[in-house]
Amino acid sequence: MRPGLNKLQTGWHALQRDRRSVVITWLALGLILACLPFLTELSLGRSWVRILDFTLLYIMLALGLNIVVGYAGLLDLGYIAFYAVGAYLYALLASPQFGLHWPVWAILPLGALVAGVFGVLLGAPTLKLRGDYLAIVTLGFGEIVRIFLNNLNTPYNITNGPQGISQIDPIQIGGIDLHQTQHLLTLTIPSTHLYYYLFLIFTLLIIFVSIRLQDSRIGRAWIAIREDEVAASAMGINTRNIKLLAFAMGASFGGISGGLFAGFQGFISPESFTLFESIIVLCMIVLGGMGNIAGVILGAILLTIFPEALRYLGEWQQLLLGRVWVDPNDLRLLIFGLALVLSMIFHPAGLLPSTRRARELHARRSILAQEQDSLYEQQR
Amino acid sequence: MDIFSQQLINGLVLGSIYALIALGYTMVYGILGLINFAHGEITMFGAMVSLAILHALLLHTGLPTAMIFALALLGAIGFCMALGFSIERVAYRPLRNAPRLAPLITAIGMSIVLQNTAMLIWGKKFLSFPDIIPIQRYQIAGANITNLQVAIIVLAIVLMLGLWTLIQRSRLGRAMRATAQSPELAALMGINPNRIISATFMLGAALAAIAGIMVNAYYGPAHYTMGFMLGLKAFTAAVLGGIGNIAGAMLGGLVLGLIESFGAGYISQLSGGFMGSNYQSVFAFTVLIIILVFRPSGLLGERVGERV
Repeated sequence: MRPGLNKLQTGWHALQRDRRSVVITWLALGLILACLPFLTELSLGRSWVRILDFTLLYIMLALGLNIVVGYAGLLDLGYIAFYAVGAYLYALLASPQFGLHWPVWAILPLGALVAGVFGVLLGAPTLKLRGDYLAIVTLGFGEIVRIFLNNLNTPYNITNGPQGISQIDPIQIGGIDLHQTQHLLTLTIPSTHLYYYLFLIFTLLIIFVSIRLQDSRIGRAWIAIREDEVAASAMGINTRNIKLLAFAMGASFGGISGGLFAGFQGFISPESFTLFESIIVLCMIVLGGMGNIAGVILGAILLTIFPEALRYLGEWQQLLLGRVWVDPNDLRLLIFGLALVLSMIFHPAGLLPSTRRARELHARRSILAQEQDSLYEQQR
Repeated sequence: MDIFSQQLINGLVLGSIYALIALGYTMVYGILGLINFAHGEITMFGAMVSLAILHALLLHTGLPTAMIFALALLGAIGFCMALGFSIERVAYRPLRNAPRLAPLITAIGMSIVLQNTAMLIWGKKFLSFPDIIPIQRYQIAGANITNLQVAIIVLAIVLMLGLWTLIQRSRLGRAMRATAQSPELAALMGINPNRIISATFMLGAALAAIAGIMVNAYYGPAHYTMGFMLGLKAFTAAVLGGIGNIAGAMLGGLVLGLIESFGAGYISQLSGGFMGSNYQSVFAFTVLIIILVFRPSGLLGERVGERV
């Protein structure tokens, strides 16, 4: 269907067979990732390094949601609630709001834990629900959390209501304040770059966990539940616990990225955690290719960068049409929506679908023939 | 003034509007198994187009008000039907056999596109309904009720009865039910499923257009974002009643309207003053979750047996 991408994939597989090229590829990738913030700043300016930071945050979020939706097949429309829980936990424990200033290494694990508990809280009443019933309950859960955050300023002021919490402590690691520009030998590293490296470490960690989970006993149990819950439970999978685990695990990823977001941003308000955000994260994984880690990452990158790139619409109009006809900010979301529609119509299984999904899509034609193909492949 | 009967009336009005929109969700879902996320936006367009026609005709012609209102109503219905038809053609039909979540994303995309198109056309201002309906107030059982509220409830009931008859008695309705059960078999019986699906979208859009005008006339100004929350609530109502079930959508709409309105009236008493009426949606969603825990396929949804 897409010769270009397929060729790329076969090329990649061929590369992987050769041990030396593997090492070289990874080294090159590592080098690019390490230099990326400096290259970005040189070519596009400081503000794009910030966008890079947000891209990493969204990759973490998308990978978390991918566990719930992509692996376990549970449609979750309230995922941003866990991001909110992580962010608010950080904000409450490290800001003048309650006068607490906990260190980051204490808050982040706690954030993952609390978000995980929230995940179980959401999961428990929804175990019996299927498909779209689950979707609406998760959506309701997300809204409930947001409304509470928005209103818990009276009668007791906990979340500071719609004004949000400001002056959140910056992330400090080993005495290094990530909000301050640091000097390393002759190198000057601005704050956005420091956060980039921190987020990159967390992202790589989450990618690693995702990959390891995928092929683990738990990961295979999730996929089995996604494909057929009854058959899975007949095979001896404890579907209740495994589903709860999916919710908890996905939620804790969200909790960690929420905490990082709060420390990075220094200010949070309920406005950052609307249903629209949940939907965007869902779009990332569906657009990229659900259940496939590379696809999810690609989706997160595209959907973070693309709307930002559209901010230049004004300049492009100036260039092409001679003057700014429509305010770029008004046009941005419109084009974003159109891109979503078109991309789904041309790539219904996502840009980089998991092999299983890609097969399903063509399954209507001849499941039998494909099964035979894969049998032959294995024999060879 | 009696709070109970007052909230009952408010809830009925809100519920009838939810029910009309919920019907669009549920009919489409019954046939395609698809959440038409853009349906709320159709409601918004119904309100916007009717407003545009009303303002234009009131300003530039001397037609009698009732006639202008009728023209605006018909214009909005026609526009929304065309809109529903084209959305299905553009965003859903190419994905008929795609993975389940793909049409959900195009639906979200369409919803974003429609919202922002409306913003480009009508701007970000709140547009209020012209003062053409003379409001009269009546007192019934200690509650205030206006002629507008009565009109909304009566019209909603008439529309729902009409839809029910259409689906149960007419040729089109029978074809719709057949397609919902099995598109392939329906096609073998000489029904063109594509035409039935288009008809379903248009029917749902017409109801949504009327609901949009009701919201605009009764609750206040129209805004390009108004469809989102309305659609969400109506979808909730459809799920509450058992999605795919026509009677369920009507019941679910009414129940959700009543829950919200009683919630707003009593939540402060129930929580000992801790929560105000700004927790109205929390109340609605909590009740939804509780109902779904005990009836996982909604109030009237059929318990679908597991295929093994």
